[in-house]
Parts: sequence; structure tokens; C-alpha cells
Amino acid sequence: MFTVRTLAAACAWLCVCAPALAAAAAVAQAPKAEVIHWWTSGGESAAVKQVAQAYRDAGGVWIDTAIAGGDQSRAVTINRIVGGNPPTAAQFNTSKQFLDVIEAGMLNNVDKVARAQNWDQMLPEPIVDVIKVDGHYYAVPLNIHMQTWFWYSKAAFKKAGIEKEPESMGEFFAALDKLKAAGIIPLAHGGQSWQETVLFSAILANMGGKELYLKAMRDRDQATLLGPDFRKVMLAFKRLKSYVDAGSPGRNWNDATALVISGKAGFQVMGDWAKGEFTNARQIAGQHYGCMAGFNAATPYLIQGDVFVFPQTDSAQAVRAQQLLAKVVSQPDLQVTFSKLKGSIPVRTDVNAAELDVCARKGIEIMKDRGRQAGVTEVYLTPDQNGAMQDVLTAYWNTNMPVEKAQKSIANALKY
Amino acid sequence: MPAFRVNKVTPHIALLPMALTVLVAYIGAALWTFKTSFTASRTFASDNFIGAAQYVRLFDNERWLLSLHNLAVYGVCFIIACMVLGFLLAAFIDQNVSGEGFLRTVFLYPYAMSFIATGLVWQWMLAPGAGIEGAVQSLGFTSFRFDWIIDQELVIYTIVIAAVWQASGLVMAMMLAGLRGVDPEIYKAARLDGIPAWRVYLQIVLPMLGPTVATVFLLLCTAVVKLYDAVVAMTGGGPGTASEVPAKFIMDHLFLRSNIGLASAGAVTLLIPVLALLAPYAYARSRRKRA
Repeated sequence: MFTVRTLAAACAWLCVCAPALAAAAAVAQAPKAEVIHWWTSGGESAAVKQVAQAYRDAGGVWIDTAIAGGDQSRAVTINRIVGGNPPTAAQFNTSKQFLDVIEAGMLNNVDKVARAQNWDQMLPEPIVDVIKVDGHYYAVPLNIHMQTWFWYSKAAFKKAGIEKEPESMGEFFAALDKLKAAGIIPLAHGGQSWQETVLFSAILANMGGKELYLKAMRDRDQATLLGPDFRKVMLAFKRLKSYVDAGSPGRNWNDATALVISGKAGFQVMGDWAKGEFTNARQIAGQHYGCMAGFNAATPYLIQGDVFVFPQTDSAQAVRAQQLLAKVVSQPDLQVTFSKLKGSIPVRTDVNAAELDVCARKGIEIMKDRGRQAGVTEVYLTPDQNGAMQDVLTAYWNTNMPVEKAQKSIANALKY
Repeated sequence: MPAFRVNKVTPHIALLPMALTVLVAYIGAALWTFKTSFTASRTFASDNFIGAAQYVRLFDNERWLLSLHNLAVYGVCFIIACMVLGFLLAAFIDQNVSGEGFLRTVFLYPYAMSFIATGLVWQWMLAPGAGIEGAVQSLGFTSFRFDWIIDQELVIYTIVIAAVWQASGLVMAMMLAGLRGVDPEIYKAARLDGIPAWRVYLQIVLPMLGPTVATVFLLLCTAVVKLYDAVVAMTGGGPGTASEVPAKFIMDHLFLRSNIGLASAGAVTLLIPVLALLAPYAYARSRRKRA
């Protein structure tokens, strides 16, 4: 008697609750994406929140795993992939950082989205170079950073009597001399090895043009690296050392930007993320500070950026979450809002750029000319080669290493 | 009879976890590293053997050679400075000074700090324009300069300063323990003979401390080889590559530069001097046991 009654009660309970349970199950069925990234600074985390919101709006569940520091974050991603507990998606830079992971067959491809949006035609070549392997697309690009912008303080220019932006290396050095004469630090430089590589890339791109740049960095042509044109670039790079203040070694990039913001320094060569520092200091592009992507209309635009990769998984639910995320992040509107907060520019050129600042608009304009597109060194070199070159450049910059020896060491570093 | 058996087996069972740890985590990992150093492994370990190519590349790399040179300079300075300073501190405390317990704690305290914290503190102390330089300048000596930390040649010595500050307290503690083991009659006899105190310490007591000195030396040697965190916290290997050390080279290639093969070759190379130091020590001990 008792058991029958209990059974009946249980049945009744089930009948009442079943629809609710089904609803709960449906929620659990929503594509759930755990995303590892290293966007942790103020502007960056605001930018990634936009992506998370867009993903939720599209019906997904976003699980945020932010890890401070790119190196740290990438190490966690790779360890989790190897350990068999991969995230749904993970951030990498637009570079060869994840080539080994692709070749080990540990990433899912996103060919479906790529085909639907015609990436072959739409994306810049340097980006396609690193995300397309053996005819398959393995990453979704979010944005484009340009590493070698010349930022300058309008106040410092005025004080030193510089009337216009330099349009050649000669004019650049003349401007630096004027700044020095006016008692201003001509070039704000953070003396860390990666920043020395940024500065060197800028000089190589501006002096050597796209041809020399690609021959040296993409083809790793030994004759070019040991040749006279490359030597001229090396000498000009080293000459900049005399325009840097004594406090430079070890300085962070944003402390160098602060020198330009306060007008204590004239120039800084740094990626467009430096814009965030100017904005935080309530300075406006074109009014308080200026930005130049290069000295003339032929300077290659060195592309860097961020991508999402999607680790291999058997779970159909995870694959669905990955496909949805790939679709969401390649929407033009999201790319604009993301870039606006991050300081980058959208990957797509078919966007409404009106709400971006003057420097970003310059960048978008330049990107329309396919002839000016090139990648940063990391797009062409493995992390290992790039690091070895970085070691030589920083040693050359900081010691009195003869230029011939530095050239030989770079050629040697890129040989492997 | 069974009781005897249990007694014989128990210590072995108790040692089993430690033995397994040593076999798997230390020897196993070392062998794996040795194997990997002969492969073309990049982000992931692979079985693509390429002979000694990684070693050829390693000794073709200027940063690695500079790292070895820096480690040698650091090692010699650090060990000598720690031993001398530690012994002097111990001899000083051994004079029955008042407040011995307090002083001992003060000298030993730096050792309780992590190397990262030590490095950061010393980075601030040595920063040009601030820290020590700034303090002395504000006293009126405006021409005073102490900018070793941004100097190509001298930067490695700033790391010696920080490391000695941290480790000499430990050396003091061990030396002091040794000194306390010396028979007080010896001091009395020496005093009767009119031998000055410094000669007693140098020529009589120090030779008696042989085993203690050997232990301290071995401990300091291992501390030298694993030097990494102080460099990262203080200079990041800079300015340029002036204060790079082998352990940092290995870590960089392991994680940032995705070249496990080259990193393993570096690690194996670093193991050789350790073994070279340990082998005579182990040999001497085994002979003494037999004798």
C-alpha cells in the first residue's frame, strides 16, 4: 500500500517536473565554449567582454579563462592540449606560434566558416600564410595590430621647431638632431630585447622597403643578410642608440610612451596598442600626438594580430561551440567594437570605420593596398629563429659589437 | 623468525616511495631529457633523431656561450664571498657576543625570502637615480655613481651581491654549528701558548671544520647551477644579453621558443659540471666506507 502510494507520488512528481527538466537539459545543450586568452589589461578586458557578449547573444555559453601574460597563457593552452583536456578555443598571435600544434594534428579546422566568408579573397596574405596549412584554415583572425608605428609628441615637435613629419630616413635623423638640440630625449625607447626587435623591424621596413624586408625575414636569404644593403640598415639602427636616454635599459614600453605623452621625448616606435596609453592620458590623435605608419607611401605595413584556434575534440557539442564562436568573431560589427577598445584595426576591410580614431583609419586605408601588406618577423620565422635573432639584435644594440659580426650572427641565427 | 623478517623488510617498504620518486622523477626525467636532446623536438617531443646536431647548434650560439661564461664568473664570486662572509659572521657570533640569538636570526632571515622577492628588492636598491645611488646623492655626494645594474660588464656582479646577501646567513648557521662542535680546550691551549685569535681560527679551527666546509661548498655549488629566478627578477637577462645564465636559456627555449630539443641539450650540458663535482665526492665517500 505504502509503496504503491509512493510510486504514484513519484509519477506525479515526474509528470510535473519533466518539462522543467527538459528545459534544463536544453540549456545544458547550448554550445558551451571555454576560451583561454591573455587579454587582461583595462582596454583588453573591455574588448574581450564584447566578444563574450556577442557569443551569448548568439545563444552560446561563454566560460572565460583569462591568464595574464601571453607566454604563460600559451604554455597553459599547449599543456592542456597535450594533457587531453583542451579548452574549446584559445588565443594565439598571428604567427608561427601554433604551427607545430597544427602539424601534430591537434587543431580542428574552420574551413566551413572560411568558405562561407570567402577568406581566400578577403583576408590579407600574411595572415592567410600562417593560418592556412595544406589547404585548410586552422584559426580565426580577430584583429590586426601594426607593430612599427612612429608616435610623436606635437608639443616636443613645436619646441624643437620641427614643422612636418619626416618623409625619409635622412629627415628622420634631422628631426632627431633638432629634438636633441632642444634638450628633449629624441627617441623614447624601452631597452628590452623585444622592443629592440620592433625598432629594428621599423628601420628595415622603412629603409629597405618590402623587397629587402621579405628577402631577409621571409626567405632568410644568406647573401642578403650578409650584403651591403642589410649592413646599411644595421648601421642606421645602431645610430639610433645615440638618441636614446641613459635610463632606457630594462624600461617597459608604456613607460617609454609616458615620456612621449609628457613631451619629455619626441618619438617612440611601438605597436598601435600604445594608443591606449595616450587615450588614458586624455590625449587625442592628431591634436596632442601624431602617428605615422612609415615615412612614405611604399613602406610595408607590418601585420601582427590575434587569432583563436580550436583544439581537436571528439565531442560534437564542443565542435558546435567552436563553429559558433568562429562565426561570431568574424562578424564585421564585432570586429569594429573589439578593435576600437583594443587599439587594433579589424581584419575585414568591408567595415564601417567611421567610429575609429584617425590612426586606425589611416591603417585601414593602407591595408586596402595589398602591395603594402607584410607580416612582422614572427609571421615568417619560428619562435626559435625569431628569438635567436632577437638575442643578436639586443646584444648588438647594447654592446660595441662590430656590424660585420652582428650581420654574421644574424645570418647564423636564421640558418637553422 | 617471522618477526626478524618483518624488521628487515619494513625499512625497505618505508623507503619505497622515495626510491620511486628518485627513479621516476629524477633519473627517469634525466634519461628522457638525454634522449630528447638527440631529437629534432620543437613544441612537442618527437622521436625524430638527428644525432648531436642540437649540441652543435648550442655551442654555435653566442648567448649560450655568454651564459656559461656568466655562470662561471658568478659561481666563483658567489661561492668565495659566501664562504668568507659566512665564516666571518660565524666566528663573530662565536665570540659569545650579547644578543646572539637576535643576531643569528637577523643574519639568517634573508634566506627565508624567495629569490624573486630578493631580486626585486635589490633591483630597486640598485636602480640608477634611486635606491643606493639616490640615497647617497641626496646626502650631498652628487657625483656618486653606482649604476652597475645597467652596465654590460658589471651587471653580473649585482646578481652576486643579491645572492650573497641572501645565502651567507645559511653558511653562517652551518659554520656556527661546526664551530660549536670544536673542543673548547683547544682555544684554552692556544691562548696559553699565546697564539693570536685569527691564527687559531685560520690554522687550527678551520681545518677541523673540513666536513662542514665540504657540505657548504656542495650546497652552494647546486645553488649556482640553478641560478634563474634572481636574474629574471633583477635584470631579465639584460641589459642586452649581459646577464644571461644557462638556466634562463633552457627555460626560454622550453616554453617561449618551442624548442625542446635545444633546451634538453642545454640541460644535459649543465648536468656535466654537476656530475664532475659530485663524482669525486661520491668516490671519496665510498672509499672511506670501505676503509
